[in-house]
Amino acid sequence: MASIRVQTADFDVSAELAALGAGRQDIGGYGIFVGTVRGNAHGHAISAMTLEHYPAMTERAMARIAAEAERRWDLLGCTLIHRVGVLLPGENIVLVLAASAHRQAALDAAAFLIDWLKTAAPFWKKERFASGEDNWVDAREADDAAAARWGALTAS
Amino acid sequence: MRILYFAWLRERIGTGEEEVAVPAEVNTVGTLVAWMRGRGPAYHAAFAVGNTVRCAVNQEFADPDAVVRDGDEVAFFPPVTGG
Repeated sequence: MASIRVQTADFDVSAELAALGAGRQDIGGYGIFVGTVRGNAHGHAISAMTLEHYPAMTERAMARIAAEAERRWDLLGCTLIHRVGVLLPGENIVLVLAASAHRQAALDAAAFLIDWLKTAAPFWKKERFASGEDNWVDAREADDAAAARWGALTAS
Repeated sequence: MRILYFAWLRERIGTGEEEVAVPAEVNTVGTLVAWMRGRGPAYHAAFAVGNTVRCAVNQEFADPDAVVRDGDEVAFFPPVTGG
């Protein structure tokens, strides 16, 4: 059963790893992805990034993605944390942890989870440039392609 | 019907949420979008042909031919950009 959270507060990667592995000796490795706020976009400095989401839908969409990962790989645990609100350059945005007996499943599951989080969970990013201008980030075709390489989601 | 807007759609329309009474012939996401366009300049601009607008019906992603009914929660938003 995946641990899924949407929160304004930062997360502690070490603490999340410890929580996922507590009391277990069957885990052989973790696939880890941490997404952070870049300090520039399109060659311009960013002063902040605001993450908006659809609260009634977000955790359900994340749970579906996690369930699909658990269906495809032999996972021994999974943690998804996505932050919302105003974030500054360098701050954490998203954490994906996938635990498995072996590295390939852990690494592949983590890649799958972040690719699908980017394309199938209702979050939106707005950049604030140092100039004071705001810009809603456009979806990238490369992200759709990255998710599509895993095939369609089937878990319901 | 409860309508929600997110990201630039919320900003362009000027509200995040509203209750609407739709005519009987509005019974799919596609017909709802077409009806939305006629509600005023802000809606016309937000739902302009060529804008990529995604939809969820009762918190599930929905295609233009998905059915909508009185009492549903229908959300409109741009393609997602989380992660």
